[in-house]
Amino acid sequence: MNTMTKLTLKTEGDTHILVTRHFAAPLEAVYRAHTDPKLLQQWLLGPDGWTMPVCINDAQPGGHFRYEWTNRKGQGFHITGEFLEVVPFSRIVHVERMFLPDPTPDNRVETKFEPDGSGTLMIIRMTLPDEKTRATMLATGMEGGMEASYVRLEALI
Amino acid sequence: MHPASNLNSSFAALADPTRRAILARLALGEATVSELAHPFEMTQPAISQHLKVLEAAGLIVQRVDGTKRPRRLATAGIDAMDQWLAMLRKALERNYERLDAILADMEPNTGRKKR
Repeated sequence: MNTMTKLTLKTEGDTHILVTRHFAAPLEAVYRAHTDPKLLQQWLLGPDGWTMPVCINDAQPGGHFRYEWTNRKGQGFHITGEFLEVVPFSRIVHVERMFLPDPTPDNRVETKFEPDGSGTLMIIRMTLPDEKTRATMLATGMEGGMEASYVRLEALI
Repeated sequence: MHPASNLNSSFAALADPTRRAILARLALGEATVSELAHPFEMTQPAISQHLKVLEAAGLIVQRVDGTKRPRRLATAGIDAMDQWLAMLRKALERNYERLDAILADMEPNTGRKKR
């Protein structure tokens, strides 16, 4: 894999988080993998051992989504959200919050898919309500399973 | 100087979400105790306690500015935050590697599954 496929994750200004990733597949396929529940359930899982038994995704303006994750120990959390803008194969804007189990502040997420050579560049721009929310989000991990990764890293030291 | 033996206390210091959030805040620039206490909605003594742990772990340093003691990230703190962000990247990357495999198995134009 060259550096083009590498994920970037960085902060912008006080309240944004930017994530980019290249995929060796055209816009249509990448878009579908982000909106078709059957496909989402296969990859949007975080660390090993987690599954997504509930995946509801109604990708149209005003539509809702709900993802529920669980692990072998029976731990779990879920995300709900609403779609604000949906331009097939090109742009999705939604608002989401995580229930851990209390809801986190709303995160506005713009996901863009752009042609990039023979593949697709995905650009995610998150907007958090304030600097503190963003710091907490980065610090506690953007997914529930991040703590497990942290524990694994600690074990390596 | 932060010898390798400090790594354990660095990661123990990082095990607390509030302390990671403080480091994330300091990654944006120097801040005083009251500046740190405000956004975290914590009392100054509570913040001071966390700062003490971070300082003992070599993750932050303070300087004297009149009556203020602004804190900033130490080199070890910067490295620790880099590692933390690298781990977030890695966890996200796990998802996208799975997605790569799914995409490789799809018809390029329709997005339908092959076969």
